[in-house]
Amino acid sequence: MSLNRSDIVNIARLARLALTEQEIPLYVEGLSRIMGLVGELDRADTSQVEPMAHPLPGQRQRLRFDSVTETDRHELYQRNAPQVEAGLYLVPRVIE
Amino acid sequence: MEWETVIGLEIHAQLATQSKIFSGSATAYGAPANAQANLVDLAYPGVLPVLNAEAVRMAVKFGLAINARVMRRSIFARKNYFYPDLPKGYQISQYELPIVCGGAVDIVLDDGTVKRIDVTRAHLEEDAGKSLHEGIAGLTGVDLNRAGTPLIEIVSEPEMRSAREAIAYMKKIHTLVRYLEICDGNMQEGSFRCDANVSVRARGAEKLGTRAEIKNLNSFRFVEKAINYEVARQIELLEGGGQVVQETRLYDADRAETRSMRSKEEANDYRYFPDPDLLPVEIDQLYIDTVCASLPELPDQKAQRLRQDFALSAYDAGVLTSSAELADYFETVLEKAASIPDIVISPKLAANTIMGELAGLLNRDGIEISGSRVAPAALTKLLARVADGTISGKMAKDVLEAMWEEGTDADAIIEARGWRQITDDSAIAAAIDAVMAANPSQLAQYRSGKDKLFGFFVGQAMKATQGKANPARLNELLKKKLSG
Amino acid sequence: MSAPHDMSVAELSAALQARQLSSVEVTRAFLERVTRHQADLNAFISITAEAALVEAAQADARLRAKDAGPLTGVPIAHKDIFCTRGEKTTCGSRMLANFVSPYDATVVERLRAAGVVMLGKTNMDEFAMGSSNETSFFGPVKNPWDVARVPGGSSGGSAAAVAARLTPAATATDTGGSIRQPAALCGVTGLKPTYGRVSRFGMVAFASSLDQGGLITRSAEDAALLLGAMAGFDERDSTSVELPVPDYNGVLGQPIKGLKIGVLKEFFDKGLDPEIEQHIRAALDLLRSQGAVIKDVSLPNLPLSVPTYYVVAPAECSSNLARFDGVRYGHRCDNPRDLLDLYQRSRGEGFGAEVKRRIMTGTYVLSAGYYDAFYLKAQRVRQLISNDFERAFHEVDVVIGPTTPTTAFELGAKTSDPVTMYLNDIYTIGANLAGLPAISLPCGLSHGLPTAMQIIGPHFGEERLLNVAHRYQLESDWHRRVPPGFA
Repeated sequence: MSLNRSDIVNIARLARLALTEQEIPLYVEGLSRIMGLVGELDRADTSQVEPMAHPLPGQRQRLRFDSVTETDRHELYQRNAPQVEAGLYLVPRVIE
Repeated sequence: MEWETVIGLEIHAQLATQSKIFSGSATAYGAPANAQANLVDLAYPGVLPVLNAEAVRMAVKFGLAINARVMRRSIFARKNYFYPDLPKGYQISQYELPIVCGGAVDIVLDDGTVKRIDVTRAHLEEDAGKSLHEGIAGLTGVDLNRAGTPLIEIVSEPEMRSAREAIAYMKKIHTLVRYLEICDGNMQEGSFRCDANVSVRARGAEKLGTRAEIKNLNSFRFVEKAINYEVARQIELLEGGGQVVQETRLYDADRAETRSMRSKEEANDYRYFPDPDLLPVEIDQLYIDTVCASLPELPDQKAQRLRQDFALSAYDAGVLTSSAELADYFETVLEKAASIPDIVISPKLAANTIMGELAGLLNRDGIEISGSRVAPAALTKLLARVADGTISGKMAKDVLEAMWEEGTDADAIIEARGWRQITDDSAIAAAIDAVMAANPSQLAQYRSGKDKLFGFFVGQAMKATQGKANPARLNELLKKKLSG
Repeated sequence: MSAPHDMSVAELSAALQARQLSSVEVTRAFLERVTRHQADLNAFISITAEAALVEAAQADARLRAKDAGPLTGVPIAHKDIFCTRGEKTTCGSRMLANFVSPYDATVVERLRAAGVVMLGKTNMDEFAMGSSNETSFFGPVKNPWDVARVPGGSSGGSAAAVAARLTPAATATDTGGSIRQPAALCGVTGLKPTYGRVSRFGMVAFASSLDQGGLITRSAEDAALLLGAMAGFDERDSTSVELPVPDYNGVLGQPIKGLKIGVLKEFFDKGLDPEIEQHIRAALDLLRSQGAVIKDVSLPNLPLSVPTYYVVAPAECSSNLARFDGVRYGHRCDNPRDLLDLYQRSRGEGFGAEVKRRIMTGTYVLSAGYYDAFYLKAQRVRQLISNDFERAFHEVDVVIGPTTPTTAFELGAKTSDPVTMYLNDIYTIGANLAGLPAISLPCGLSHGLPTAMQIIGPHFGEERLLNVAHRYQLESDWHRRVPPGFA
């Protein structure tokens, strides 16, 4: 299975990854090879089997008691933030 | 061509849990920016979600209340897209296996007929944060306090045919979630809001027209205006030979119009897949039975009971049960009334006073029924004075207003103002005599056949008694005296 | 008494308890080696010397006060994928090059509570995506057996550091072989526990349904000691399992007479280095001599592990790494023109080539029109592979095969073609897909490079794996071999 340049451009856009012109052919080649490998899956007859969603069988979601366990620590958490003001994370203007 | 409107609603109700759906952060409204956004809500590297038990219980409650199928097994999935108010780059939602499937609610149309609106599904998901565009030059500020607040998204079938029907349905769901105490219903704060899918088609056509989705409508009024605007826009477009584009639109309340959302222009490919950080939610019959046993009396059941017990009309019962608190108020008033000997207060009188005068005062001052400045017991006492003839129904309105303003009881006000109704025939007769003497020409006209002047004499006589004459007695005596 | 760096965790524990050595002395000795070999091996991303000495002094106080557990004062290193409070946690990426975690991962917290001293954070493939440690933003790690060769990946720093005696043990993570493969290439012991046995909270996620924290140590005995302290239910991880943690050390020495060992037929294929096969056969003979019963087992769907993995892991990765958007933490590009530019350039610059390749692969296989054909298909094949293992464990107690097809390869040898690189994990991925515990043990040297065998057990069969591995290590000394120059 082979991908072309426009596939890569579309995927990169969906994944929000800026690619340089030089990178694009590398990903065309790389992803095509990977999807070639993935194509081997067609060999398996999976008509009688459900998709596996979780590595351990028979597990179910545990529920957490509804109580507030967290306190305001936004100053600590915002130390890693590239740009904050008045407690807000800043991003370029979003137009709705 | 005649057009038919087709509307489906996706209602988002914030669940009234203490903590968020996947973290222990508080969900209270109005905290300082990001004060309630913790590691999980901020999507710090390495953190994981754990599901809030209460959110599940509330969703099940809703499902049972609309007679839906509560799914024994439901799955959380990731809806992937990039947006600043979505810290993980995906929203945890339910996709293929939601917790609630099917169900329906009944709405009453303007002509009094009942229409059933089917619910497709209701699923649990997390709310996003908020982007703030004001106050920061050229930038957008992101507050993630709301991120991770539990939501139930209630998706209707496209079965509504007008904005009025859409409002009726939305109000019905609004009433229901507050009865169930799973959502505070506060629309200003965004606790209850909807997206409307609107399309039009030629009447009689089978195929649905192309729809536009109007996002984030947070008042009943806006829903109505947005839908009506959108319907008119689509019809105009089609009649002008154009085509409706499937798109997301935003309602601009200032301009009272919908417009295309530029930020959502790009065709979305959400790449849903089961969230590997969460396991299947499994619910057994015992759990469902326990939740079922905890359900309160629901609006429709309550309305049915009020109609039976108190011979109320469908309309009155509908209004009184629009909130559990209002219905409680009404029932308390009648309960108190039953304990007063020898006086019978009619349920219709109680209903009319509550829905009329009291509602007017509540509305005027922006107070909920639960905060009414006239308590049910005090209203009962007032109604008792109407029932026993102490005051007229008309005067009751003034007494209620005085009670509201002064916080004193009905008897004290009637006493202090001397508003006791005049039931003594001789006093009324004296007043009539005086009026007749003062208006000889009108009297002559009346006696020569101008019946319409009867009203004039009623007014004059009432005025002469400062409005305190018992209206029934006044009428009877006046008729007798005028005819000579 | 031997020098601290020659001692195992068990030996250090005994010496610390007996107060023959202080934790400060031991910690200093290891820190000295870590620093000395940083230039030639590049095994660490951060060396937390100051904090380590504070922790060591605290451990000594506890030891003096007889308020100490068996691990109190023992130094270890953490793979830089585990969040460590107040210290950098980079995940080997430019994206997180300046990220200081405000919290500890559960694994770190538990080991800290047990009194373990952290020497530093080990180098790794970026976001754990790689099999050679060449994708690290902080440069490749070198194999102590031959610095021209790779240590394996993604936990290459942990494996190299343990092999070179820079630390007695190190934590690591395994999504498709990232503990076992570098352990094999560096001649050390690598344990990947059952999925759900060790909390994933605080471990930067690569592929959530495959990731599992574990250990790289010098012996199964050391792994048993440390696993007991880091395993167990964690209410912050919905996928962690509510089962009690057994006393792994208690059963280590049990005889293995009558134990049924399956030899994985599909693993001894044409791709396997004949010398590695020979060494494994010799190891099987040794186990047979201890009373184990050896029989062949077949897992027909196992050869599809690699393609299955390269759908499931990238799919989950593409979603897990969406949070790195330059808004709340992590790399942000300069002067973004608009929001799209902020996202695209921050991510484009912050992630390396392999991470981007996997994000794109995952985005592709989940996208509209491909989900059924790729993602669901792969999850179905995954179920088939899992069923194969389940059937095998009805017949045998554990299965054994090679960990890697070859010994350590040269730096740069496989970087040009992703698929060639991916095939390094051909024998390790099956255990991740099925959530099974597995351990890699050194079982020989080939041209001066370590060879290894892998033992895979049923879910929560760690006790059995450690028991078999320990019995083997009692009768062999491959795990005691030290790379030349690092004695």
